Amino acid sequence: MISADIQILMPEILLSIYAMAALIGAVYTSKDAAAPALTWATAGLFVLMAVWIGINGLGTRVAFEGMFVDDGFARFAKVTILLSAAAVLLMSEGYMQRRGLLRFEYPLLVALAVVGMMVMVSAGDLMALYMGLELQSLSLYVVAALRRDSVKSTEAGLKYFVLGALSSGLLLYGASLTYGFAGTTLFSGIIEATAHELSLGLLFGLVFLLAGFAFKVSAAPFHMWTPDVYEGSPTPVTAFFATAPKVAAMALFARVVHDAFGGIVVEWQQIVAFLAVVSMFLGAIAAIGQTDIKRLMAYSSIAHMGFALMGLAAGTQEGVKAMLIYMAIYVTMNIGTFALILTMQKDSRPVTDIRALNSYSTKEPLLAMIMLIMMFSLAGVPPMLGFFGKYAVLLAAYQGGLAWLAVAGVIASVIGAFYYLRIVYFMYFGEDSDALDGRAPFVLRSMAIATGLIVGLAWVPGVNLFGIDPIAAAAAATLVN
Amino acid sequence: MIGLEHYLVVAAALFVIGIFGLFLNRKNVIILLMSIELMLLAVNINFVAFSSYLNDLVGQVFTLFVLTVAAAEAAIGLAILVCFFRNRGTIDVEDVNVMKG
Repeated sequence: MISADIQILMPEILLSIYAMAALIGAVYTSKDAAAPALTWATAGLFVLMAVWIGINGLGTRVAFEGMFVDDGFARFAKVTILLSAAAVLLMSEGYMQRRGLLRFEYPLLVALAVVGMMVMVSAGDLMALYMGLELQSLSLYVVAALRRDSVKSTEAGLKYFVLGALSSGLLLYGASLTYGFAGTTLFSGIIEATAHELSLGLLFGLVFLLAGFAFKVSAAPFHMWTPDVYEGSPTPVTAFFATAPKVAAMALFARVVHDAFGGIVVEWQQIVAFLAVVSMFLGAIAAIGQTDIKRLMAYSSIAHMGFALMGLAAGTQEGVKAMLIYMAIYVTMNIGTFALILTMQKDSRPVTDIRALNSYSTKEPLLAMIMLIMMFSLAGVPPMLGFFGKYAVLLAAYQGGLAWLAVAGVIASVIGAFYYLRIVYFMYFGEDSDALDGRAPFVLRSMAIATGLIVGLAWVPGVNLFGIDPIAAAAAATLVN
Repeated sequence: MIGLEHYLVVAAALFVIGIFGLFLNRKNVIILLMSIELMLLAVNINFVAFSSYLNDLVGQVFTLFVLTVAAAEAAIGLAILVCFFRNRGTIDVEDVNVMKG
């Protein structure tokens, strides 16, 4: 039996063995000289794992008596996480190398965080959930403070640590109440316990669990760490925070509310809808006054999490499908946007002020065009990719009987369009400035062009969102039944 | 006779003290770390009490995991704190304010 269980966990086990072996190997040999090679190797390994997991679709398999679930939903999330983490590693290598930030721990901490995320999305038990979540969070705290000699970066790490630990505490308290009142930590047992009658203790447990998850996906009103951590961390790390951990936390959110509390949709639907509407409006309104593009992207990600939660709030299979599509699209857009943010520099120092983008279109017409596509897409302007994500979640919310939430989403999206379009305005109609110089490195340039093509061409008939729709539908079907 | 409720009340009280410690404390970051530890230990009391009440070992196993993770968390928190102190020269909560928010 144990060998069959280990077979199911093979990707996670291999990845963690790789991370630990490489950590020891690099310490005893060339240390930071090995960092570029390790970064490329880790990214390559992520891509291989993603292909392996994506191809090895074998229905639903359960390991360790239900503690670990490998189903279509988990595989969809894992492939998204692995590919986005690989893309971020490729983008970070050159940037960190130039600024003397590339230590060999960086790719390996990212690898360990990814292992944690893979365990999170496959968790079938509160214990597996907690261990995966902590492995991810502990690695991320360290990565946030990666620039050890900078006040901003260490402050970001400290803030992330304190608020992250608070959220883990809330989540854990919820887990203890759930365990006590359901009598088990297995999701399959919890759903049985909620079937006949819902005790008050279980409801409290649910609320605490949801508060913990809201922290991890940075949904308002638990978002306060996001802008500071995004601003303070080195930009490649910010790009990482904005992509893979968000997918993992959102998938975990969906997993728990459907697998463990799927019998009491009405109870959590209101909470999730509340989180969604507050996040959308806060993200849209608070971003208006921002001048730092990393802070702006933080509020943008809060708003986007609100939209993803709107899909989840529908409480239907359609809603989970919309949420998965939304997250995949969100990650693609963010990788493209951060590839462009990483190219912003003056005298080889990174620049993050959005006014530095003034008259960008005359200096870098192609990159400015890609930035325009990304901003339109983030704002949800048709026919860009982002529009299809918004359309999916709005439709799911409407069909799930939450028409008011869909209307609120449209309003928030219109408000949010302002600050995306302001960046476009700066690039095309801003006054002349020479706040930026230097050419974009090849990797960043090709990454930006690739995502620009994906985001800009999704509407072409035949391309049809690259066939993600049926895959997400199949993934959602394995979660909700 | 001390029953389940007593343990739950103690745990809830400790947990709330931990949360208040996080939010009301304006002095020292070390106190934040203590508050976090208090919260996690309150949860452990909950788990052990439920475990004994339900006659089910899972809660105690969970407690061991939580203890281990709490130790790792404290180590990382202190490490980040040391880095911060080297750069800023202080660990007052009020001075963790280079970025607004």
